Amino acid sequence: MTELTKEMFERASEEQRNAEKIRRPSIKYWPDVWRRLKQNKLAMVGLTLIILITIMAIIGPMISGYTYYEQDYSNINVKPNSEFWFGTDELGRDLFTRTWYGARYSLLIGILAAAIDFTIGILYGGIAGVSSRRVDSIMMRIAEVIYSIPYLLVVILMSVVFSSQGSGTSLFVIILAMTITDWVPMAILVRGQVLQLKEAEYSLASESLGADQGWILRKHIIPNTLGPILVNVTLTIPRAIFAEATLGFLGLGLQAPKSSLGTLANDGLAGMAVGLTYQIIFPALLISLIMFSFNVLGDGLRDALDPRLRK
Amino acid sequence: MKKYLLKRFVMSIITLWAIVTITFFLMHAIPGNPFAKEGKMPPVVYENLQKKYGLDKPLYQQYLIYLGNLIRGDFGDSMKSRVETVNDMIERGFPVSARLGAQALVFALVFGPALGAMAALYQNKIPDYISMIVAIIGISVPSFVMGTFLIQFVAKNIGFFPIGGWGEFKHTILPSFALGLMPLATMARLMRSSMLEVLNQDYIKTAKSKGLTKFAVIMKHAVRNAILPVVSVLGITISNLLVGSFVIEKIFGIPGLGMFFVKSIGNRDYTLIMGTTVFYALILILMLLLVDITYMLVDPRIRLTEEGH
Amino acid sequence: MENILEVKNLQVSFKTFFGEVEAVRDISFTVGKKETVAIVGESGCGKSVTASSIMQLLPMPPAFYKGGQILFKGEDIVTKTEKEMQDIRGSKISMVFQDPMTSLNPTMKIGKQIVEGLIKHQKLSKNEAHKKAIEMLKLVAVPQPEKRVNQYPHEFSGGMRQRVMIALAMVANPELLIADEPTTALDVTVQAQILDLMKELQDKLNMSIILITHDLGVVADMSDKVIVMYAGQIVEQGSVNDIFKNPMHPYTIKLLASVPRLNMKRDESLHYIEGTPPDLYIPPKGCAFFDRCDYAMKVCKDHMPNPEYHNEEHYSRCWLNHPLAVDVRREGSVE
Repeated sequence: MTELTKEMFERASEEQRNAEKIRRPSIKYWPDVWRRLKQNKLAMVGLTLIILITIMAIIGPMISGYTYYEQDYSNINVKPNSEFWFGTDELGRDLFTRTWYGARYSLLIGILAAAIDFTIGILYGGIAGVSSRRVDSIMMRIAEVIYSIPYLLVVILMSVVFSSQGSGTSLFVIILAMTITDWVPMAILVRGQVLQLKEAEYSLASESLGADQGWILRKHIIPNTLGPILVNVTLTIPRAIFAEATLGFLGLGLQAPKSSLGTLANDGLAGMAVGLTYQIIFPALLISLIMFSFNVLGDGLRDALDPRLRK
Repeated sequence: MKKYLLKRFVMSIITLWAIVTITFFLMHAIPGNPFAKEGKMPPVVYENLQKKYGLDKPLYQQYLIYLGNLIRGDFGDSMKSRVETVNDMIERGFPVSARLGAQALVFALVFGPALGAMAALYQNKIPDYISMIVAIIGISVPSFVMGTFLIQFVAKNIGFFPIGGWGEFKHTILPSFALGLMPLATMARLMRSSMLEVLNQDYIKTAKSKGLTKFAVIMKHAVRNAILPVVSVLGITISNLLVGSFVIEKIFGIPGLGMFFVKSIGNRDYTLIMGTTVFYALILILMLLLVDITYMLVDPRIRLTEEGH
Repeated sequence: MENILEVKNLQVSFKTFFGEVEAVRDISFTVGKKETVAIVGESGCGKSVTASSIMQLLPMPPAFYKGGQILFKGEDIVTKTEKEMQDIRGSKISMVFQDPMTSLNPTMKIGKQIVEGLIKHQKLSKNEAHKKAIEMLKLVAVPQPEKRVNQYPHEFSGGMRQRVMIALAMVANPELLIADEPTTALDVTVQAQILDLMKELQDKLNMSIILITHDLGVVADMSDKVIVMYAGQIVEQGSVNDIFKNPMHPYTIKLLASVPRLNMKRDESLHYIEGTPPDLYIPPKGCAFFDRCDYAMKVCKDHMPNPEYHNEEHYSRCWLNHPLAVDVRREGSVE
């Protein structure tokens, strides 16, 4: 125990007192979200896979040396070897090329569907949110009815109707069918956020805070809104890809040879029956990987945005 | 409570009507005629066929006739099959599909929430990791992929499991598993996050402070509340299960309604397509209504408020 | 007076990602039979952690008992197993929580929630339990108890729910009731009712109460003894008279000054204490109040003051008590 001297009992100065204050660095929102996402190893795996698959989808068909439609009758149903990395199908087409070409379509469809859902959802939800209660109520009822129509059922029906006999469905129809009912959750989400914003602004006004504060709060509310929307978009993609794959599997997908992964899997089914398992494995595996990656990334995003899980 | 039920019932009818109408007009929007595939036929025969299926009448009349028939439970005659009506086919296929669907659902309901609850209770420990790996696989691997995988690697290698077909219980095991895995995974994940949230609630602390055993706290307080979100997605789950069954029936060669549906798509047998669609919609909406009622029974807060939210 | 609870040099910490957080840093106090002890302080000072640790209700990772004892009727809580605690909780020691809106299970009937613990401890039949539930509702003055007992929490108002919480806590006649901010979430008028109820029940059942609060008005009304906590430590302790009439620690003085009073002058601004409590990841070596104290001296920064007794029960931890601080004390005229 040190000796206590009289001078220790003199007043401490301002600086000495302020030095004690430990200041935690103020953390900006989005960089922090990214940091937390990085900590989630599974989500990072997903993200990496997505990037890899996208790259392969772009360059795969280019590096293989074959096209997706060339038919080579002397090389029918060849198992994977050094020439045909994924083997060939019943018409002698290189499956490596076809698989990655299919991946292009699957990814494209997923992203397009998500983008359209996003747009319709924001518009519909935004309008509902700022409208009068009556209009909002009616809009929500309509949305409810639309949503209760089974998504895949509609997709299948529309594909049936709009596909020409025998051949597949056009890209346009597929996307249309998929987005017709799927935008509702996004709309509901956006509407909820808009309503919150409305409330916040109202209470802001009544608290007579300066315009400065209002702007700052908007800086917090908008990021708050974008978060769940971003998560929703990320999780819409695998849903759309799954729907499209199901279509393909039922023979309603894109027209061959521009097949998507689902169609390829369907073709491969016949192959599997006669022992040519490889014909179905690659597309099936790829579909699963894509869905896995987006799901896991979406999960990670959701966790990273959740303020309660801040470390 | 009654007001809520009434509202849900009315919504259901409206939705059902919407589906029927959409289906009807979609079917009739298809260019060309449904008999084209039959090959060339004498005009008289063609006219008679038109008359038989009422295709010579104006569209809105056809629509009303169809609606009328539906209300009476008549789904019409199949355009392709000379022998059976759509009703017959539904009668044949439905019990099979129902069994498949029910088994898959029970499988998912029993194991899904249980897996999720366990994951939450042992958060970040081994049971959590295992459950979540199972769940991730379940939601990422589409049912048809799982189905083919099972056939290829399980059925072909283990003699006990038949590769396809229907008839005995063992025929139902692999298909039910393939069909039920995705809902199982979804429910497991949902249950896990729900439990984690509930376990942080104040009333769990209250329950502990009363001196209750851990088991009592978990079962009577945590699970009881955590299961609510799972029940609320039951509707969508069943909806997905329904469509998933098409695919599974195709892969395993199961003679259910789904198979008829898929075949009718290939054949362009419009009455059959419409019939099965409407029937499916009917079943689905019935299930959704049941789920709503269940949710109401389970969450006392809903029972007494007028709004459904 | 016989002591029902003796806390001796209790230390409770939390293991977190960033390191150890020392939430409770060596506190000691006693609670006598039928005594009401108030623990006051800002949020984060450790009062809730103290309360929860008496019942071993803290999640045990990440929390852990770093040191000290909690003697309940002579037996140390710190060393008890979960099973042993389950016998004590709800029957010998009970707790009432802060937010009545979230402290009740929304899917379970009120009556059942009240007697759940009792059924376990005393093995009552369904009938007896039901009767007891109604009895308890009557005791806490909930109108129409026969009807209410079968209702759900969302059918009750905030004040009513808190009454239910109290009923729930009292049902097994505990010897010690820990009330963690029981009135904070309630309207002012309802607050008074709840406090009166607690006093009444304490009288009837010969119960001791530990009252956790940051509201000094509540303290004055109900307590016998007051403990002032700051940054995990007790900075001042004494009878309610001592603390209100003769506060010695600058923090206590500031707390008292910040209570809005009816007779304040119109242009007097509300007093408040500037700054925030320190981070307990790296607990300060000296007095934790150093950076917010008007009388801060150089010695306060690195040296922890010891308790100085002003009378038999009243002590404070402050360097102002030291004889060498005579000048500073005179300057500031500590009231």
